[in-house]
Amino acid sequence: MALAEPKTTSQTLWIERVPPIWWALMLFLLTMPAWANDFFLFQVMGWTFILGMIALSLMFLAGYGGMVSLIQMSVAAMAGYMVAIFGASGMGDISMGLPWWLNIPIAIIIAAIFGTLVGALAVRTEGIYTIMITLAIAAAFFYFTRQNYTIFNGYSGFNLVVPPSLFGVDWRQPMPFYYLTLGCAAICYAAVIYVSRAPFGLTLQGVRDNPRRMAALGFNVTAHRIAAYTFASVIAAIGGILLVWQNAQIAPGTAGIPAVIDILVIAVVGGITRPIGPFIGALIYVLLRTFSPDVLLAFGLSGERFKLLIGLGFLAIVFFSPDGVLGLWERWRTRRSRERDPLTGEQK
Amino acid sequence: MTLVNTTTAADRLGSVSSGNALELRSVTKMFGALAAIRDITLTVRSGERRAVLGSNGAGKTTLFNCVTGDFLPTGGTIRLFGEDVTRFPAYERIRRGLRRTYQISLLFNGLTVADNVYLACRGVSRGRFSFIRPRENDALLTRSDELIEAVHLTPWRDTDVSNLSYGQQRQLEIALALAGAPRLILFDEPAAGLSPTERAELVSILNGLPGHIGYIIIEHDMDVALRVAESVTMMHNGTVFKEGTPEEIENDQEVQELYLGDGHE
Repeated sequence: MALAEPKTTSQTLWIERVPPIWWALMLFLLTMPAWANDFFLFQVMGWTFILGMIALSLMFLAGYGGMVSLIQMSVAAMAGYMVAIFGASGMGDISMGLPWWLNIPIAIIIAAIFGTLVGALAVRTEGIYTIMITLAIAAAFFYFTRQNYTIFNGYSGFNLVVPPSLFGVDWRQPMPFYYLTLGCAAICYAAVIYVSRAPFGLTLQGVRDNPRRMAALGFNVTAHRIAAYTFASVIAAIGGILLVWQNAQIAPGTAGIPAVIDILVIAVVGGITRPIGPFIGALIYVLLRTFSPDVLLAFGLSGERFKLLIGLGFLAIVFFSPDGVLGLWERWRTRRSRERDPLTGEQK
Repeated sequence: MTLVNTTTAADRLGSVSSGNALELRSVTKMFGALAAIRDITLTVRSGERRAVLGSNGAGKTTLFNCVTGDFLPTGGTIRLFGEDVTRFPAYERIRRGLRRTYQISLLFNGLTVADNVYLACRGVSRGRFSFIRPRENDALLTRSDELIEAVHLTPWRDTDVSNLSYGQQRQLEIALALAGAPRLILFDEPAAGLSPTERAELVSILNGLPGHIGYIIIEHDMDVALRVAESVTMMHNGTVFKEGTPEEIENDQEVQELYLGDGHE
């Protein structure tokens, strides 16, 4: 990690520093609509990017800030609800029908304020207590949305919440929606990478490693932690808006306790040490969630038991690699480098 | 190269100016029924270099923790450059020109030397919440490099702190304390664990500090402490036991008995 880049590397363009594997991945993702079917684009990849973004917001807090927050799914759902309330939906008597350029910023701002307020409460605790307080607020949010009919329309929630038609494109069609989610995920990913090396991100990592020392350097540790919640909430909110557009509806179950836990599972399975981890975790989760019922049925089991497979997969990964799939990758690379001659680089 | 920037954060933030850098009045810190420090009254002039000596458990580090805001005192008042900071959080005191080092190095091991010093410079300047990465000619990056050079760590600028030797880590601690515009630095056993060569280097760094920077140093090595201090406070059982010049303290019979043992000649 080097905020103060060594002078030799800072003279190269950033584009030259992108490893070839990333170019290959970008090309792969950009050309995917040429060979993948609509179901895969919309349901698998679109959902992967959305859940990846929400889990990325958790990764930012946990990986860089040392704060494991279970409120991220609720923040995403709050943004989804706000788009439904301020924009258009099937519930015309509640939804206000504001144009997209107004309701989307409003939704993100309200979700960010919500996340910030939760953060302001949660940062005064540490470890298991942060998890518990954010879980408690997430549970309260779920029950509140289910019982409140004036704003959140209770158990039914909102339906017919779709993305706006811009530039003559129906953004809910599989290919446009794929590119929309890919673009948002790429922006969020790049933003997290960039901020992690900016003063704010570096400070957050310092707070994670040694809050007492950071205070002794003149930093307001509490304020930095709360600001991290705000930044993470914006990412979660973008994911939440895309989620409500994908499903075309939002209901209390969107932010129910299982969904809240799923985000934690996704982040842990992928790995919380790097921003790519949540997207890996989200892909594994979505593949299991989408295809495991077929696998179970093939073995004569009920397809509804798909969570059993997800749970077993989660157990297997954390058992063999507590730092997720990324940890497995890192260990494999370390072992490979040990097997090479340090002088010639040749395989021993 | 200047060792310390004299016109930035702390000066801008300013405070009620007085001739004293630090004034403690009847400061007490209780841990349950135990008084770690009791009724401490102490004045340190601006630019003064003072050693605080005492056996283990005398309350020296607790005194530092109360001054820096790591602990809130149970009683008494703390004035920093004339301003009552008794209830201020640690970061507010730091922004007023106070710095400290720790008995056990508290550094960011996953970051490089340059990043550590940059963070220290950033902590006492504007832009702590900046989302914009610094440019190559950023003034704070230049300042960080100057501080790294001042503590003789330039060859290790881009080395992870976890790969530094213990002595180098202590030097880096001092660089962090010199970031911004320090006016009073609290050194908590900076020579602990250092080799004789590293101790000599430490003494040279401390004696090379600009005159307007005062410091208080806790040090068990009397040789180091008395070479870098112009006044000495002896602590015993959480209270101030004796004050004087290094010569007075060195030749004081009670101090010798208490600190060096009855058999000392």
